[in-house]
Amino acid sequence: MLKTFPKGGVHPAENKMAATAEIQSLPLPKQVVIPLAQHIGAPAQAVVKRGDVVKTGTLIAKASGFVSANIHSSVSGKVKKIDNVLDSSGYKKPSIIIDVDGDEWEENIDCDPALINDLSKTPEEIKQKIMEAGIVGLGGATFPTHVKLSIPEGKSIDHIIINAVECEPYLTADHRVMLEKAHEIMLGTSLIMKATGVDKAIIGIENNKPDAIELLSKIAKEYKGIQIDTLKVQYPQGGEKQLIKAVLDREVPSGGLPLDVGCVVQNVGTAIAVYEAVQKNKPLIERVVTVTGKSVNKPINLMVRIGTSANELIEAAGGLPDDTGKVVNGGPMMGKAISDTNVPVTKGTSGILIFNTQESKRAKIYNCIRCARCTFVCSQGLEPFNLKNIAEINDWEKLEKEHVMDCIECGSCSYTCPAGVPILDYIRLGKSTVSQIIRSRKK
Amino acid sequence: MNKLNVSLSPHVKDKDSVPKIMYGVIIALIPALLVSVYFFGLDALRVQAIAIISCILFEWLIQKFLIKGQNTIPDGSAVLTGMLLAFNVPANLPWWIMVIGALVAIGVGKMSFGGLGKNPFNPALVGRVFILISFPVQMTNWPKISVLNFTGIDAETGATPLAIMKEGLANGEKVSDIMSSMPTSLVDMMTGQMGGSLGEISAIALIVGGIYMLWKKIIPVHIPLSIFASIALFAGVMNLIDPTAYAGPAFHLLTGGVMLGAIFMATDMVTSPMSKKGMWIYGVGIGVITVLIRVWGAYPEGISFAILIMNGFVPLINNSIKPKLFGKVKEK
Repeated sequence: MLKTFPKGGVHPAENKMAATAEIQSLPLPKQVVIPLAQHIGAPAQAVVKRGDVVKTGTLIAKASGFVSANIHSSVSGKVKKIDNVLDSSGYKKPSIIIDVDGDEWEENIDCDPALINDLSKTPEEIKQKIMEAGIVGLGGATFPTHVKLSIPEGKSIDHIIINAVECEPYLTADHRVMLEKAHEIMLGTSLIMKATGVDKAIIGIENNKPDAIELLSKIAKEYKGIQIDTLKVQYPQGGEKQLIKAVLDREVPSGGLPLDVGCVVQNVGTAIAVYEAVQKNKPLIERVVTVTGKSVNKPINLMVRIGTSANELIEAAGGLPDDTGKVVNGGPMMGKAISDTNVPVTKGTSGILIFNTQESKRAKIYNCIRCARCTFVCSQGLEPFNLKNIAEINDWEKLEKEHVMDCIECGSCSYTCPAGVPILDYIRLGKSTVSQIIRSRKK
Repeated sequence: MNKLNVSLSPHVKDKDSVPKIMYGVIIALIPALLVSVYFFGLDALRVQAIAIISCILFEWLIQKFLIKGQNTIPDGSAVLTGMLLAFNVPANLPWWIMVIGALVAIGVGKMSFGGLGKNPFNPALVGRVFILISFPVQMTNWPKISVLNFTGIDAETGATPLAIMKEGLANGEKVSDIMSSMPTSLVDMMTGQMGGSLGEISAIALIVGGIYMLWKKIIPVHIPLSIFASIALFAGVMNLIDPTAYAGPAFHLLTGGVMLGAIFMATDMVTSPMSKKGMWIYGVGIGVITVLIRVWGAYPEGISFAILIMNGFVPLINNSIKPKLFGKVKEK
């Protein structure tokens, strides 16, 4: 029996059309728009001004505080201006706009693809490099990686878990990097292990990616302490808590962190970014993005410079289909619908997903028939229908008691509801209100 | 360019829907419906048609003129209530009683509470019990079965095995004597050759429907299983204590409305518990109350009452049994 998390979960149609499409580099755009807030934490502070000439890899914005991340230019060119520009959140955010005139890299970046297997750097040096390179979690949450790897005093960890689950339907970016950059993943994982002083790492992969499992299992033997775990396909296994439960059978306590059960989870893409930052001095200036959808002409995986407009990615996939009804930044279960396709790719953009008009319509809403399917699929052990009802009557105190803050917003409840009730919409509303209340209480 | 839809995630949904569930149950009722036509002829179809049409009409009228809401007929629940109501009455029931039953089922049982999903009690059973208490003679006047008789002139009536048993025991007869004098064997009860309400007679047809619903994941196995197990256990223990005064488990499982009730009535999502553990409690409650009423109560059959009583406990069960929170931290 394959490992998975024991309670709840759904299995949506996988639709991984782009799984066989090799990663292609998208040609450089004419202009990039690099938002200052593309990670969790404080937005970075710009260190360039209008008219400055930058190279690919030049630091253009500095982390403001510990929980923040540096941002580097993804192209070489001239800073046109710093202005508020619409991003995938639907709001205008401060961004650095750079007119591209070429691709001249900073001298200290090593562009040679030869592998470097060297673990001589100290944990501090590794973490310093990661912090300088502005690396954040590439799975979508964009939490600064150097913060995650700094184990607070009094905590100890014994496992690094590499999240190669890619449980979101449609997305194939992680799948492709596993096939094309397997050694870089192993080297990055080894560096993360060194940085945290851990000698065991587990790479969790769902068994709908047998080629990746086979390849990684084969080369894992060359690296010390790295093990591959094949997992049953089950959404939301890519959630940290579910993944830790699946591979180690440990439960992150309610309100706690993976650190509390001796783990740190990192995405496969992040592992590669760590390797490149530490061994090649390469900051996080590009990432792999899947552009896909049933109506898309040519579903592809693209290596894209941060700041490139989503329009250019969609053009590379054959253009925006005529009957497009919705464009999602990310996967179909947790991604965010964007209001305009002219928004920049950021560090957290794992996919651009296009739905036609029919697919973008929501189901007809009936009365709840108390089938309890939302409760059965909730991997967090909540009662989504109940949270929805409580949120609807604005009883925030009761909502907090019913553990609304434990909801990971995976969307399994709304996905499965036969009455078509948008359960998660109400829970999100409740969550944001309750978290405001909790914050004001702490003050 | 078109304006883009910016609704929140998730952006995909599985294909199941309320109408699909309702029509799934209706499909599962078809084998038992065919058996009822086979044994009761056109009478069965007549009662079915009256019940379904009345239920649709009453729901439509109430929704349009009293609640003033959207038309809810397409969700299929009114048709289903009508079918289940007809399954629970004798095939020769006068049409006007059927219409009253439908009015109470839809009006009192369902729409008074706000319609589909809001009702605490199974609407078909509310209608059925109302007409059983109001019209006890017509509701216990069971036509004798006759194979494929479409002439409609066969007006002969007879008692159900449960009524024969109840009366025999009241007269001081032994269970074994009553069983041997009964016109129906246990095998007949499996296939449906016995007196009873039009949809409850064939255990096999109902089980086929139940298996279909399990396969389609419309019903959980916990409810029917716990009802069957508790009836078999309770009746079995009583039978062991005194075989002359208490009928055995097979008799209790195959007669009356146990199959129909356990598979189709007690499993109604709206009125049954929302946790696996709650379903066990609910099912065992139904089984125990059914045997209590059958053995010691005034009525020969008790499953309708048992389900309604346990329906009443469902909110309590739902409130007290919560799923286990992931990473639950013990309160200090």
